[in-house]
Amino acid sequence: MTQSSGFRGDASAILVILVGGAFLALLGISRAIDTPFAVQMWTMFAAFLLGGAALAWEVGKGPRQDHSSRYENGVVKAGVIASMFWGVAGLLVGVIIALQLSFPEIFYFPDFGWLNFGRLRPLHTSAVIFAFGGNVLIATSFYVVQRTCRARLAGGLWPWFVFWGYQLFIALAGTGYLMGITEGREYAEPPWYTDIWLTLVWVAYLLVFLGTIWKRQEKHIYVANWFYLAFIVTIAMLHIINNLAIPVTFGSSFSYSLFSGVQDALTQWWYGHNAVGFFLTAGFLAIMYYFIPKQANRPVYSYRLSIIHFWALIFLYIWAGPHHLHYTALPQWAQTLGATFSIMLWMPSWGGMINGLMTLSGAWDKLRTDPVLRMLVVSVAFYGMSTFEGPMMSIRAVNSLSHYTDWTIGHVHSGALGWVGFVSFGALYCLTPWLWRKQKLHSLALVDWHFWLATIGIVLYITSMWVAGVMQGLMWRAYNEYGFLEYSFVETVEAMHPYYIIRALGGGLYLLGALIMVYNLWRTATSKEPAHERVTDAPAAVAVPAE
Amino acid sequence: MTYEAASHFAQTWGMALLFVLFVGVIIYAFWPGNRKKFKDAARTPLADEDDNV
Amino acid sequence: MWKFHKWFERHTLILLIGILVVVSIGGLVQIAPLFFIESTIERVDGVRPYSPLELAGREIYVREGCYVCHSQMVRPLRDEVERYGHYSLAAESMYDHPFQWGSKRTGPDLARVGDRYSDEWHRAHLVDPRSVVPESVMPPYAFLERRDLDTAHMDAHLRANRMLRVPYTDEQLANANADARAQAEPLASNAFDFEQRYPGVAIRDFDGQPDRVTEMDALIAYLQMLGVGVDFSTYRADQPENER
Repeated sequence: MTQSSGFRGDASAILVILVGGAFLALLGISRAIDTPFAVQMWTMFAAFLLGGAALAWEVGKGPRQDHSSRYENGVVKAGVIASMFWGVAGLLVGVIIALQLSFPEIFYFPDFGWLNFGRLRPLHTSAVIFAFGGNVLIATSFYVVQRTCRARLAGGLWPWFVFWGYQLFIALAGTGYLMGITEGREYAEPPWYTDIWLTLVWVAYLLVFLGTIWKRQEKHIYVANWFYLAFIVTIAMLHIINNLAIPVTFGSSFSYSLFSGVQDALTQWWYGHNAVGFFLTAGFLAIMYYFIPKQANRPVYSYRLSIIHFWALIFLYIWAGPHHLHYTALPQWAQTLGATFSIMLWMPSWGGMINGLMTLSGAWDKLRTDPVLRMLVVSVAFYGMSTFEGPMMSIRAVNSLSHYTDWTIGHVHSGALGWVGFVSFGALYCLTPWLWRKQKLHSLALVDWHFWLATIGIVLYITSMWVAGVMQGLMWRAYNEYGFLEYSFVETVEAMHPYYIIRALGGGLYLLGALIMVYNLWRTATSKEPAHERVTDAPAAVAVPAE
Repeated sequence: MTYEAASHFAQTWGMALLFVLFVGVIIYAFWPGNRKKFKDAARTPLADEDDNV
Repeated sequence: MWKFHKWFERHTLILLIGILVVVSIGGLVQIAPLFFIESTIERVDGVRPYSPLELAGREIYVREGCYVCHSQMVRPLRDEVERYGHYSLAAESMYDHPFQWGSKRTGPDLARVGDRYSDEWHRAHLVDPRSVVPESVMPPYAFLERRDLDTAHMDAHLRANRMLRVPYTDEQLANANADARAQAEPLASNAFDFEQRYPGVAIRDFDGQPDRVTEMDALIAYLQMLGVGVDFSTYRADQPENER
């Protein structure tokens, strides 16, 4: 198959999806029984029209002859930009909802229900996890799989379908939350039709990733790709099973989950905890296994350990969900099973942390001079910290205190801000000069500022939430000398006030750091410094297999 | 299916199977013949010099 | 062994299958039995499907994201039982698609909030939480009492639930739209029929606006029935069929 006919084949297949989608969206508009659903269908219709127009324009220009690199870099660049955008947006919403809980008189608007905490909180979690984290994962996986397989990204136009399809998923889910469209289960809030759309995009993502591995010129598949593959496959499984639902009608945004009560709860937390395990852990461990060795210019500490790490981690994680349901109406055997595996999970987690940190052994001095490497390494330290705290909190006795309190929120953020955030920032700091062909970042001093602002922000955040959580848990169970409950519920809410303010301040500092990063990366990408030539990046001497 | 039957199976055959799988992964990782392969594999990110500025 | 593993690792599809097998075991062993082991859900009297108005109220509860700050799961711990009431049973959420157990108590647990406060209190609290609880950090929901409840499609809601084995009768399905209004209009002509179809369900004007059925009606109707169904004077936790 020649390159251009493959190109046209991609284009027509994608066009079929877009036309079919636009048709279904129109059908949805005509059947809509609620306004938000109609708005969502119009959004989809407009997106498919725009996509079709962009596709036609691309086809008109013909396949792009990119001689600057043997790899597909355009879609990775787009992913870097999208990551920066969604990162700032998601953190900003986080700061807003932190302020709402601190100053309810100021930050709530009685006439605008769409800005209430209950709608913004899913917007925040989805924006940071799926929009920011997801774009980082898609961008880095596309980058890493090409370099470690020495093969250009498979699928021609399909990676672009994955990228824009994923942005559409985010836009639909996010605007939907504001209009009150939700499935009502944490981290799985997007409605049924966005779930179907994401499934389609995700299958395309899996095929692009697998297709690239199949084309590889290396015999061995590098371990980072194992982690990416486990992330993609497992998320597909979790997403499909957890989102099984029956819509009220074809014209309704509301649907009823296939499962109910206790079964729904366990399915949801099997999903919820493995969104942590496979989205926020396995995927970002893949980043660790590529970017830390690359930036430190040293091979990973122990490749053997990485293999054991991989299998042990993915096997143990999948069982850990029930620790979210301690002391609930879930049968106790399931709770015990969940807690047991959560505690065992501590071992592979720390195995991975040791592997990441020890990669620096003999080169610790680089941490002093390279703030990007420092960011990556500190992220691994935070990973170790939160994967120690997590198993501890899954012990029933500890959980009886911590559950339902802000301790959980603090724990999540030590992982999210410290591990996922920092490793992502590190990867973005690496990728921008690499992709835009610059010698170096615009300013290492600004990276330092980002690092310290964010670190102080995290410390404020997690210590305030830890104190608030432990305090509230103890107040709930406190008895006075006559054997009555010492505090009414609202007294424990009142006691949270100062800590909520400190938390908002911490989040604000973290957001400020991210803004500095965006400025720094923007200046890097647009700097006037002449493009840096790379000898080996030129088209390979051997013929590149046609797509 | 009763809870007792399920838990009995899990605590005997299930446990044994998982243990064998785990030992398998350890043996694979530490098999002397794989040493060189893993050593090379670990250098994969570094060998590709096109992104080194 | 060695050859097998070499092949195992280099072959993408096998790596893929390896991952799928490893990540499936947990779900199969942990989740699947919940659907088959009979003791998962206790046998109790008093748990009933939601009336159309309550179901509409529940949809509003989900829509506004109440679950991100309020749990509906009382744990069997001394302080919780004293603060909120009897610990929650699995049976009490058996018709909940989706479950709303929650994971965080920025506000108190709501599993047994039904009949605890007056409708007037709920109304004042939802319109402006700080007017009745000055230290509250809850958002205001004043708009609920200004929005008429859309009852045109309650039959579709009940039908979807029936597909999921919630035991609604044909009669309940056929009258769902009218029943959603009847529960909040005690003087309406079909209030008597409603009472026959849903024995024991509270019929009253929940939002203090007798001439309208608003989203406030629906939400308060839902909140007022939370956790009051089961008769715990007849529930025996130590019976073999209730041990889990």
